[in-house]
Amino acid sequence: MSLDREAVSKIAHLARIEVPESRLDGLAGELDNIINWVEQLAEVNTDNVEPMTRVGDRKMPMRDDVVTDGEKQADVTANAPVSQDGFYLVPKVVE
Amino acid sequence: MASYIIQGETGDWEVVIGLEVHAQVVSNAKLFSGSSTSFGAPQNSHVSLVDAAMPGMLPVINRKCVEQAVRTGLGLKAAINNYSIFDRKNYFYADLPFGYQISQFKQPVVGEGTVVLDFEDGSTREVGIERLHLEQDAGKSIHDLHPTQSAIDLNRAGVALMEIVSKPDMRSPEEAGLYLRKLRSILRYLGTCDGNMEEGSMRADVNVSVRKVGDTELNTRCEIKNVNSVRFVMQAIEVEAERQIEVWESGQEVRQETRLFDPNKGETRSMRSKEMAHDYRYFPDPDLLPLELDQAWVDEIAASLPELPDEKADRFMSQYGLSAYDARVLVAEREIAAYFETAAEGRDGKQAANWVTGNLFGALNKAGLDVADSPVSAASLGRLLDLISEDVISGKIAKNIFEIMFADGNDPDPAKIVEEKGLKQVTDTGAIEALVDAAIAANPDKVAEIRAGKDKLKGWFVGQVMKASQGKANPAMVNELLDRKIG
Amino acid sequence: MSDILDLSLAGARDAMANGQLTSLELTDAYIVAAERARDLNIYITETFDRAREGAKASDARRAKGKVGLVEGQPLAIKDLFCTEGVLTTAASHILDGFTPTYESTVTANLWRNGAVMLGKTNMDEFAMGSSNMTSYYGGVRNPWKTGNRDLVPGGSSGGSASAVSGYAAIAATGTDTGGSIRQPASFCGIVGIKPTYGRCSRWGTVAFASSLDQAGPMTRTVRDAAIMLRAMAGHDPKDATSDERAIPDFEAALTGDIRGMKIGIPREYQLDGLPEEISKLWAQGRQWLTDAGAECVDVSLPHTKYALPTYYIVAPAEASSNLARYDGVRFGLRVEGDSLDEMYAKTRAAGFGDEVQRRVLIGAYVLSAGYYDAYYIKAQKVRALIARDFDEVFGKVDAILTPTAPNAAFGMGEQMDDPIKMFLNDVFTVPASLAGIPGMSVPAGLSAEGLPLGLQILGKSFDEETVLRVGGVLEQAAGFTAKPSWLEG
Ligand SMILES: [Mg+2]
Ligand SMILES: [Zn+2]
Repeated sequence: MSLDREAVSKIAHLARIEVPESRLDGLAGELDNIINWVEQLAEVNTDNVEPMTRVGDRKMPMRDDVVTDGEKQADVTANAPVSQDGFYLVPKVVE
Repeated sequence: MASYIIQGETGDWEVVIGLEVHAQVVSNAKLFSGSSTSFGAPQNSHVSLVDAAMPGMLPVINRKCVEQAVRTGLGLKAAINNYSIFDRKNYFYADLPFGYQISQFKQPVVGEGTVVLDFEDGSTREVGIERLHLEQDAGKSIHDLHPTQSAIDLNRAGVALMEIVSKPDMRSPEEAGLYLRKLRSILRYLGTCDGNMEEGSMRADVNVSVRKVGDTELNTRCEIKNVNSVRFVMQAIEVEAERQIEVWESGQEVRQETRLFDPNKGETRSMRSKEMAHDYRYFPDPDLLPLELDQAWVDEIAASLPELPDEKADRFMSQYGLSAYDARVLVAEREIAAYFETAAEGRDGKQAANWVTGNLFGALNKAGLDVADSPVSAASLGRLLDLISEDVISGKIAKNIFEIMFADGNDPDPAKIVEEKGLKQVTDTGAIEALVDAAIAANPDKVAEIRAGKDKLKGWFVGQVMKASQGKANPAMVNELLDRKIG
Repeated sequence: MSDILDLSLAGARDAMANGQLTSLELTDAYIVAAERARDLNIYITETFDRAREGAKASDARRAKGKVGLVEGQPLAIKDLFCTEGVLTTAASHILDGFTPTYESTVTANLWRNGAVMLGKTNMDEFAMGSSNMTSYYGGVRNPWKTGNRDLVPGGSSGGSASAVSGYAAIAATGTDTGGSIRQPASFCGIVGIKPTYGRCSRWGTVAFASSLDQAGPMTRTVRDAAIMLRAMAGHDPKDATSDERAIPDFEAALTGDIRGMKIGIPREYQLDGLPEEISKLWAQGRQWLTDAGAECVDVSLPHTKYALPTYYIVAPAEASSNLARYDGVRFGLRVEGDSLDEMYAKTRAAGFGDEVQRRVLIGAYVLSAGYYDAYYIKAQKVRALIARDFDEVFGKVDAILTPTAPNAAFGMGEQMDDPIKMFLNDVFTVPASLAGIPGMSVPAGLSAEGLPLGLQILGKSFDEETVLRVGGVLEQAAGFTAKPSWLEG
């Protein structure tokens, strides 16, 4: 498996990070190095090993069905770069 | 269950349908935060720091939402998975503040189950449930508030959804419609979703493919997203199936894609915005732990399930002698079934069923009311039925009384109305005989005709006598006397 | 004044308790010292006015007999902890201007226990790095120097480490995802403990990798670390991964008595090419613990070698998703674009630095269709094996002794050309992060160049007490008293 220019532009789109054309090859090289390095895991025998899904052995706590939060429109929009009347604004989405 | 076959130019086609229903869970608070789920609040007011995905915010699951999912699973006769995992479904969208939806991918909380479809002719058919999982709803983008920007409201973001995925077991728009209605009925019985498609608390994604009759392989399917009524689901399937058949028959291939149903134009169209190859990069949410259910808790939930429509219909048939059709009509909504049972309790069940599905539904329909808001209570309807069976009033008078009761608004006692309006049936032989005699005396020509063999005219006489008694004469007695006197 | 700064947190606590010192005096001394230390680029945001007010309030509380665990102590807070009303940046351009309306649980615990905030410390951007060089606000200088060569403090909690080492705070908070407390502690000659995963709430701390992130204290002494940890930790119902266990009095664990304890020396940590001076210090540590009555035994952690590549799949995968919320909509930087997607892509390109971008892209890649099983699932399987290795060893020993890092602090700008070489800084710290067990770095000696070197003690889950006890003995034996050259002038 090799992480080339095309793969970089695909994942850069998935991650919504604009990568200038001129950076694609360089970045592909850097990422490919890292990927080649992590591929050494292939040599570990993991037959019959369950992937780790939690650290420790706790059970998931659950909250009660009680309204304890909200009613803080000013707080949740206080840091918004662009907002109006308590809405966040984003470039118009055309469906 | 008439089979739904579409005749194409190259032969007969059948349509294969699977439904993914997103049902908003009935709960006070959201799936992973303490904010309210209620509708209609000012923008971004039912939003916590968690819902807005502020840095460092973490989800903690609402026990009630898990309970509702388990409850629904049990109601769908489905396998409950006592170990399930929450995953992150990663994608960017304006109404998705985390940049991922917390959902369940590989290990859902509920596995395979069944929904039974009831056809008008009394036959049934099972549709398989593939799975049910819990996930977060998204917020809303509003596009008409600003010329160049979309406005984002996160009130709905994080409300719990159950995604209920059927197997591709349906073969006609009718079956899809029956499936949705039945599913909605079950959810409402369980109290896990209000099933209101117009308000969006229940939404359907419809997977449609077509194949030649006799083929066993599935063809490429298209997913029609977010259809918001049963009628539109049925229409969408019809037009989409036709479109796909045309594509195949023109020698092209149907492309797997997401489409949108436009009810105004009556067509589906490709959603180009969703066209970009998705790669959701699901992985277990490291902010959460596996969802492990105690069997004892699941058992407790199972023990608290109400009688569901299928069982109730069976019982109505055996207990009250109802037809399959009447039984299903009456169990479709829990409130109707309860109304019926109260009215039918200790009475003639068939008669009660006729009154509920006939007079009551008619009146409610005309008034635009739900059974829950019926101005005539089930107990009062029951008393009205008693008056009929006790021969206090005739069925015809009962209809008049019912109308009076319905219009009254204060759920009056029918016996009182009978009393006040003097509608009590006349059963005094002497009084009726006098009226019969008067009618015979006034119409000697007609009597002669009857005696000459024109039997039909007897009904006319009955009408005259009933009219003279203002409807109160016992019709059976009138008939008997006329027979005796005219011969 | 300088003797005030020489007080440890425990020393200052006792001096304040005896009425020999007020929080305001202590805080003022640190404000002066922090101003003098501005060259080191420790603080992204200074909150000296707030600190003075806090100190006065603390003195008033003390007068009424209300004394918290860290009452009146002027602390530096890593800029990864959200602080209400105070700019919080994670050292990233993308959080420009972000002023939380909420307080992280860890810092709230500290304020409830009487602490005073001097400011928010510099760090590697989003805690991704081992040098503090990835900060949008520039690198931090280590108070230790060799000749005229400016050195990194390590990372990602580099600002916090330099603050404690350079007397710009009496103690600091850090966070550790793969070594971000322990490696800078080693580089700066201070103590740093990463507690068991679940000890400190993650609520309100900017997330890097959720299954690995843990907050912990950075202090001058083991005792100070014990005091700070108790004040920071505790169950938090807002974090589903927070542990319910009661928090012990960690300070009481510092008995100095490790007689009869078994200490594991993992042979796999003896890497090929490990500098002689590191090996020697490690052997010395083993001798110190043996002299104190512990029994040191050779143990094996066979999957050690795979910990780093495992980490560099798991951590970026989680980060790629955790950092999706930085999208220019609800907080921070926004670079406008013609469409929503363009706005996202421009914002995130401008807002994230190179290292963060690399890790987000690696993370997206290892989770993407067709690669998920080969990378992510494989890594989680190897991670399970690494955790199992520790479980097995902890069936036989009470604690494990290793070096903290394979080298001393390096020059600013060095090791930047090769990300993998930079990753190797964390070779000894990452395994414990993957397993979720506690680990502490204690300054134990000097390199040939006269730079501090730490030794690491690892313990069983939720047995920080043993880690602290062994650490205390090591600290005593090492008698590390060297001061950074910067302090000497
Ligand atoms: Mg779906
Ligand atoms: Zn869904």
